[in-house]
Amino acid sequence: MSPPVLSVRDLSVIAKTDQGPQTLVDRVSFELNRGEILGLVGESGSGKSMTCRAIIGLLPSSRISISGGSVILRGKSDLTHLEESDMRKVRGGDIGMIFQNPSSHLDPVMSIGGQITESIRYHHQVNRAEARNRAIEILHQVGISDPAQRIDDYPHEFSGGMRQRAMIAVALACNPEILIADEPTTALDVTVQAQILRLLMDLREKRELSIILITHDLGVVAQVCDTVAVMYGGRICERGPKREIILDAHHPYTTGLIDCQPSGGSHRGLVKTIAGQPPSQGSMPTGCAFHPRCAHATKECAQTEPAAVDYQPNHMLACHHPIGEINEGGRA
Amino acid sequence: MNSSVPLLEVNDLVVHFAGSTMGLFNRSDQTVKALNSVSMTIRSGETLGLVGESGSGKSTFGRAILRLGELTSGSVLFDGVEVANGTSGDIAWLRRETAMVFQDPYGALNPRMTVGDAIAEVLTVHNKIPTAKLNERVQELLALVGMDTELASRRPADLSGGQCQRVGIARALAIEPRLIVADECVAALDVSIQGQIINLLIELREKMKLSMIFIAHDLAIVRRLCDRVAVMYLGRIVEEGPTDRVFNAPCHPYTQSLISAIPEIDPDKPLPEQLLGGEPPSPISLPNGCAFHPRCPIAQDKCRDSPVPALRGEDGHLSACIFSSESIFPQPT
Repeated sequence: MSPPVLSVRDLSVIAKTDQGPQTLVDRVSFELNRGEILGLVGESGSGKSMTCRAIIGLLPSSRISISGGSVILRGKSDLTHLEESDMRKVRGGDIGMIFQNPSSHLDPVMSIGGQITESIRYHHQVNRAEARNRAIEILHQVGISDPAQRIDDYPHEFSGGMRQRAMIAVALACNPEILIADEPTTALDVTVQAQILRLLMDLREKRELSIILITHDLGVVAQVCDTVAVMYGGRICERGPKREIILDAHHPYTTGLIDCQPSGGSHRGLVKTIAGQPPSQGSMPTGCAFHPRCAHATKECAQTEPAAVDYQPNHMLACHHPIGEINEGGRA
Repeated sequence: MNSSVPLLEVNDLVVHFAGSTMGLFNRSDQTVKALNSVSMTIRSGETLGLVGESGSGKSTFGRAILRLGELTSGSVLFDGVEVANGTSGDIAWLRRETAMVFQDPYGALNPRMTVGDAIAEVLTVHNKIPTAKLNERVQELLALVGMDTELASRRPADLSGGQCQRVGIARALAIEPRLIVADECVAALDVSIQGQIINLLIELREKMKLSMIFIAHDLAIVRRLCDRVAVMYLGRIVEEGPTDRVFNAPCHPYTQSLISAIPEIDPDKPLPEQLLGGEPPSPISLPNGCAFHPRCPIAQDKCRDSPVPALRGEDGHLSACIFSSESIFPQPT
């Protein structure tokens, strides 16, 4: 089997604050194969966006930096050690990224076509006419009708769903192998969300695109992802194939998250909840970050952090007291 | 209160916002037709879910009936009293009987005011309680929404989103309203916190016999919480009925596609094959006939040519589709 397109090993991100360094992302590891859609799930502040920003070297502040680990692209270069000039070639060229709010990530005073050709001409030696033709082609691929007419429009002339399509077009203009999608459908209406998810799945089929999909919606995960990693307090607490995570999860946080979805269960009346609040930066609990909210927690959970164990080749778990039967036959 | 009179009766409510008629380069009619002839009744103790995509007019409706926003025409009867053209006395009375819970829990609170003061402010403004008993009542209200009473001295910045939303609910309950309008009040919260707030609303509703209009785009939450559902599209109600009937046997093609687009947590249920195309048109230039016809999978010429279809149906399950009576939809059992 060919090496994974992206291999993240023990990636950690810290923020320098007046109260000393705080860990935002703690030893996150996962692999992304060609044509795979990985769902990164968690509540706000769990570190899912920060992990992806660290991967492409777009950490939001100079006080936030990678403190350890590696990000290996195609089994070769480690992105955490690249110079900024080389990193620019990776961004857009190898890894594209789209965001939750297209209006604030598209340039309002530059036409849609201009933003796509800018990227094409930065990464490839082509003339304007050629770049424009490619831009029309890519707009067509992302489902903008009449792309030759709409290419000179500005973002404000597009509707919300079309802007998200345009942002996908900008991200995919230079044929990256990996697309990082940070809550791409959260701001959209449910019918338009389904259209964008369908588009991402079509692009995966046609281009063998690998996608990291950051979301808080387990329903979206169930519809489109192949693998799921659940994050809590900066760590991945459970990772595995979609079916196993949704039907046979072992971490109490994963099962809690699945149970508290409003669409689950009887559809009527009280929702199951996870008591308490997610931890905030600066007040991270000792031991397992989830123990103050966990019904299965013991003294051990408060004292020692559970190790991340691959108890099956593809299923990682970090918990002292996992739920249900665990077949440890495949444990490495 | 007379029990035969519904708590709220809205008839042909229209809200149009005059757009800028003087553009930079052209003059044109830019009137935003946010609500077009919406009628609705809410009985005492009932929870109505108002769903629809952004721009469908659900928030405008919520604000208009509380007279927090302007209305163009139509009547709004609250407990039998006309408040659409009400006197300032009527409006003041309406303010004491109704309350609103907002989407952004931080934005709805004054960042410089402590939680206790923010709740006390509501009590003082409406002369609900003598000053001597103010603190006691604030503590009571905090306990009612499941908050530690020691948090009364904190400011919103010290609280989490879920806690701020509880304060927002406590402020709404402070005036002991008969009707609460909750506008996307859990949309900004994390899933595990969302559930806590939904459960709180369900408990409070039983305990205080509240009527509630719950505005949301998340259909799964509406299904949990509401007795009746009204689905809005471009400023009109296209389907309305008891929650179970609307979710189990939707009559309007828009409701059907909305329900089929809810992602379910089932790894064996992929994205639906038949997706609703397009996006809602602009409320400035509404399509002729049925406003949904440009996106409708079963639209025919008469959908465009006929006048806007009226809501009709039986047993309180109404739909505004000219085909809905022809039972061409497979009715799930």
